[in-house]
Amino acid sequence: MITIDHLTRTYGSFTAVDDVSFTARPGRVTGFLGPNGAGKSTTMRILVGLTAPGSGSATVCGTSFSELPNPARQVGVLLDASAQHAGRSGREILTIAQRTIGLPANRVDEMLATVSLSEEESRRRVRNYSLGMRQRLGLAVALIGDPEVLILDEPANGLDPAGIRWMRDLLRDYANRGGTVLLSSHLLHEIEVVADDLVVIGNGRIVADGTKAELLAGAGTLVRTADVRPLARALVDATIEFTHVDGGLRVEAEAELVGRLALEAGVPLTELRGADGAGLEDMFLELTADTQREQPTTTTMTNGAAA
Amino acid sequence: MSATLTHPADATETTAPRTHDPIPFSRLASVELRKMFDTRSGFWLLASVGILATLATGAVILWGGDDALTYDTFAAAIGIPMTVILPVIAMLSITSEWSQRTGLTTFTFVPSRGRVIAAKAACTLGIGVVAMVMAAAIGAFGNVVGSSIAGVDAVWNLSLLQFTMITVATVLNMFIGFMLGLLVRNSPAAIVAYFVYQFVLSSLTMLLASTQEWFADLQPWVDFNYAQGQLFDQVPSAEQWANLGVSGLVWLVLPLAVGLRLVLRTEVK
Repeated sequence: MITIDHLTRTYGSFTAVDDVSFTARPGRVTGFLGPNGAGKSTTMRILVGLTAPGSGSATVCGTSFSELPNPARQVGVLLDASAQHAGRSGREILTIAQRTIGLPANRVDEMLATVSLSEEESRRRVRNYSLGMRQRLGLAVALIGDPEVLILDEPANGLDPAGIRWMRDLLRDYANRGGTVLLSSHLLHEIEVVADDLVVIGNGRIVADGTKAELLAGAGTLVRTADVRPLARALVDATIEFTHVDGGLRVEAEAELVGRLALEAGVPLTELRGADGAGLEDMFLELTADTQREQPTTTTMTNGAAA
Repeated sequence: MSATLTHPADATETTAPRTHDPIPFSRLASVELRKMFDTRSGFWLLASVGILATLATGAVILWGGDDALTYDTFAAAIGIPMTVILPVIAMLSITSEWSQRTGLTTFTFVPSRGRVIAAKAACTLGIGVVAMVMAAAIGAFGNVVGSSIAGVDAVWNLSLLQFTMITVATVLNMFIGFMLGLLVRNSPAAIVAYFVYQFVLSSLTMLLASTQEWFADLQPWVDFNYAQGQLFDQVPSAEQWANLGVSGLVWLVLPLAVGLRLVLRTEVK
């Protein structure tokens, strides 16, 4: 259980985290989503006591992180996989963790097996690790104390598709067994697949918070047809809002209603579904539109000019 | 893992709080000691203490001349590399947490940063004493070998009390490195700061003392280097201890307090 309560942190006149409140519950994967510089990492650093909060509070397992007697036994943390001494081997880094926490020595080999780092790789210095291997090692460090809460900042960075699949399964399994997972990312697709709950942050403020199902329900219906004009006319008549997307429409209504309207208008459809895949991305871009570095219009214009 | 996690069905209910023992200081210190020497640079710094002590001993035997073959000469020769290497070991134990960003892990395992720093300080003290005993042993061996090669009697002209004084001075040097590490929190900058502190500053005060009479009287009270140097030569008098205390307060204790405060409060990124 993670509770963030009216958390604010300013740096001079810049507000990095602005009155942020949300909860990550046991048995669920909570995706913490936002563009770069939105305040995800600052929030996570405050949560684990590496940064002091300006006001508000952040608690883990019902208490402030720094009050935990042996934090790694209860909370596994991975904030930056590259933040390891380049001159230590992966095995040595795990051994330091195992000794600090006070675990039996065989835990090191168990964790290496869990994250699929081979005996040979474990003896290599971290300097020679790929980012994907560092993420695996970082996850092993987070998991070694058998915690009930996991806090991971961009853990999918640098993983190959198989690695991303592996991590998704691992986190799913962990949450299914009652663990709490808070996972930040700017990779929308990755989060959409694994998360149960979503917290979207932009410019330090929470812009959306709820279960994935709730948030995606608002994303509308994607409908495709050879000629969208008759369908668009029917939607206008029914006073239903829609937007044009590539070769179709994204409609602010349930799929069933859109299907019925198409039938009545005699429009043959090639596709009709909840706008899930692109939905979250649209929602994400929409919600964070005024906090994006690149405004969508600007991007289009730049691309046009380049072409 | 499953044994300690609740079943998904009742996952939303509060879990009975698991109780864990806090991390004992001895364990923390043993981990910090390991971290000082488990990297290539750490290993070679430690090894170089032994290697340079042996080289220095060899140099005295080869080029020292018969009347230089006293235990005091050996001790002095071995002491010089010690004043450079040991403080760097102490310094890097602090700065690497920031320069290598391992602090992100260290301070989430142990959120009480003061305890981590205290463990590092204990290791620094321990390494200082052990390194000096080791140096004394190598020096003694060199003295025996050197004298027997030269065919003269070994001269044991270094008392235990003097040895203790030299050890105190060495440990003080290490804590200068430790203090600069806390203040700067960046490995290259801290090493440069140490050499400026130790060698440039002392040359300047020496120059000042030789040209300005008013400073010559004042020097023992304000020049920590000078006050510390007295430990190497003799067992200090009461006034010299006072010199050491006053100058040490200004040049070591106060900046150490400032550095500690910074480390406890600064953001770890």
